[in-house]
Amino acid sequence: MIKKGSQIVCESLLREGCDVVFGIPGGAILPLYQALPEYPELRHILTRHEQGASLAADGYARVTGKPGVAFATSGPGATNLVTGIASAQMDSVPVVIVTGQVNSWTIGSDAFQETDITGITLPVTKHNFLVMDASEIASSIKEAFHIANSGRPGPVLVDIPRNVFIQEIEYEEPGELNLPGYSPNFSGHSGQIRKAAHLINESERPVIVAGHGIIISKAYDELKELAERAQIPVITTLLGISCFPEDHVLWTGWPGMHGMAYSSFAIEEADLIIALGMRFDDRITGDPSKFALNSKKIHIDVDPSEIGKNIAVDVPIVGDVKEVLTRMNTQIVAATHPAWLKRIDVLKKDHPSLDIPETSKLLARQVVKDLSEETKGGATIVTGVGQHQMWAAQHYRFKKPCTFLTSGGSGTMGYEVPAAMGAQVADPDSTVWSIAGDGGFQMTLCELATIAENRLPIKFAILNNGFLGMVRQWQEIFFDSSYVSTAYTGNPDFVRLAEAYGIKGIKVTDKTQVKTAITEAMEHDGPVLIDFIVEQEENVYPMIPSGMTVYDMIEEPVSEKVTT
Amino acid sequence: MKSSEKHTITALVEDRAGVLNRISSMFRRRGYNISSLAVGKSESAGLSRMTFVVDGDAKTVEMVVKNLHKLVEVIKVADISEENAVSRELALIRVKCDVATRSEIMQIVDIFRAKIVDVSQDTLIVEVTGNEDKVNSLVDLLDTFGVFEVMRTGTVAMSRGASFEQDKAVTSPRILENAS
Ligand SMILES: Cc1ncc(C[n+]2csc(CCOP(=O)(O)OP(=O)(O)O)c2C)c(N)n1
Ligand SMILES: [Mg+2]
Repeated sequence: MIKKGSQIVCESLLREGCDVVFGIPGGAILPLYQALPEYPELRHILTRHEQGASLAADGYARVTGKPGVAFATSGPGATNLVTGIASAQMDSVPVVIVTGQVNSWTIGSDAFQETDITGITLPVTKHNFLVMDASEIASSIKEAFHIANSGRPGPVLVDIPRNVFIQEIEYEEPGELNLPGYSPNFSGHSGQIRKAAHLINESERPVIVAGHGIIISKAYDELKELAERAQIPVITTLLGISCFPEDHVLWTGWPGMHGMAYSSFAIEEADLIIALGMRFDDRITGDPSKFALNSKKIHIDVDPSEIGKNIAVDVPIVGDVKEVLTRMNTQIVAATHPAWLKRIDVLKKDHPSLDIPETSKLLARQVVKDLSEETKGGATIVTGVGQHQMWAAQHYRFKKPCTFLTSGGSGTMGYEVPAAMGAQVADPDSTVWSIAGDGGFQMTLCELATIAENRLPIKFAILNNGFLGMVRQWQEIFFDSSYVSTAYTGNPDFVRLAEAYGIKGIKVTDKTQVKTAITEAMEHDGPVLIDFIVEQEENVYPMIPSGMTVYDMIEEPVSEKVTT
Repeated sequence: MKSSEKHTITALVEDRAGVLNRISSMFRRRGYNISSLAVGKSESAGLSRMTFVVDGDAKTVEMVVKNLHKLVEVIKVADISEENAVSRELALIRVKCDVATRSEIMQIVDIFRAKIVDVSQDTLIVEVTGNEDKVNSLVDLLDTFGVFEVMRTGTVAMSRGASFEQDKAVTSPRILENAS
């Protein structure tokens, strides 16, 4: 059958199970857009900025576990996607991007809106393709989805010149995948698995550090089985949050720069670290040469290049964490570790990172805690980057898997609006709360139009401190409170801004109004924005200055604790 | 830990537009030092072989190998520095020469089993093949006469004996197709 390139793109996407695309049209990709009406099963959501499209695809992918898809035109359309692509790369999120390119015969001539997007995205994609003939579209898209969502997931970009969308060819179904250089190892080495089980059975003070890999491979039950069978405390990474229920007795917080002090100390005191689907990020290790020197380490990850990258390990296992745990768990002997669990309780009591000071002021932390209670820890929480992100991670108690979406590796401010959009589109019945910073929110707030247009019932909680708060905190602590360019004195009235988009807005200035505002927002069936005017100079504690060790940790000063 | 030293790594890669860019971009991005790089066609159509000489300690080399492996178009990677390997490089050296020095230069060229491949009024071009050290020594010796220009191919290397593995790639359909 004769088909156009544009039709082959749509049919290939549908074959891969894609049902939603986020994007913005333009000259080079227009022929693809003009084919969309033929494929009503392919829902297109028109964003207001291409960064919104790539970050929405990220949010969608995290919630569904299947690749999120974004479209953009050549040149500025494509470059606007880049922040979202780089974020997805850093956090191992499967995203497939289709960009239009200038006509193939003009490539290299600096044609109007020509940008070498495969060149630009080369270091921030898992792989990318420039498709020069319509006969290659079907196989390229098939390969793109496979690469994006197998092994360690990541973004894949497919760049297609305008004329290739229009080109008509005798269409053939794509054959078997042909990627001789791509074969991620899933199963793990039996000998290594045996060694790991042996170390676990011998250990007296084991901890699990569970990362995003648990969520990506949905190894929730396997993680729980390991933890419960041998009574091993479970610490998660920032991106691992929600992979283990936070009301479980073995849940032991999350460590690192702004993690809970007792989690960081537990890692230091452990004799065995069982690292599952995580990558020993510098936000966790601090100075890697001084990190957890008293322990042996088992590292299970699907990406061999993560093993031994930052931290030397004793038992490396390359494989899918679910598969490896399934096989390893059968070799784990039941244990109780009472002394060790007691020690962790003591650490927790001695370093109460989660206590909120008694005060009449409206603290951002209190808002998160109230939100956690009002939603019973069951909402999907999407954050921006900064203080509010850390407070969300510290004070929301996640009960459901895969409900914390945050830009961890890349720290992309502005994530809070489009990613919430992607999460809500992915699961229309879920309760999505975006915990936003007044800074980050303004980077992507144009998507409020998209949210209003698509009636996405997202609830926004802006923790409005009138500052680029996290940067202000660094200035306070490391630069003598010299607040250079961090005060946001020109913030808009966010309530009126929401109303301008037809979105309900609520302003909260007092501690006593928090819970009622949250309830009101939840009862409203549509998007709501709550502008919480919080304390301006509240700090996130604990804090381990970057490149330092757990023993350099700054815990909350008592003077700040008793603010009235 | 062993400090910086040279390691030889070979890779079998798909012969497609952009592959070299992908590989060099990985080296640049991760801050690995390539001291020499040579690329050419392999025994199978559609596949090229690359030889990298990399500066770094054992850990760096391990990370280079793993990151090369991660690239979709890289099919096979071998660190052959530990193995018994043959490594060769070809160099062309333009050296200053007059009646007084010609015979002395020719003697040196002979000792190195090199060749004179071009002669002009006051220069010679010498062609030499050998491992990096041999080429370095010849360049150093000739420099006493005055070296104007050196062109080197970069090292290519192969492990000795019959210990090569059959690549999985050779049996993959695309490659069989290309080969026939
Ligand atoms: C796109 C981007 N630009 C700059 C930064 C650096 N940065 C990190 S946190 C932060 C402040 C964020 O302010 P806000 O969104 O108001 O959150 P807060 O820290 O006040 O809660 C900045 C500027 C970043 N992470 N991302
Ligand atoms: Mg702020």
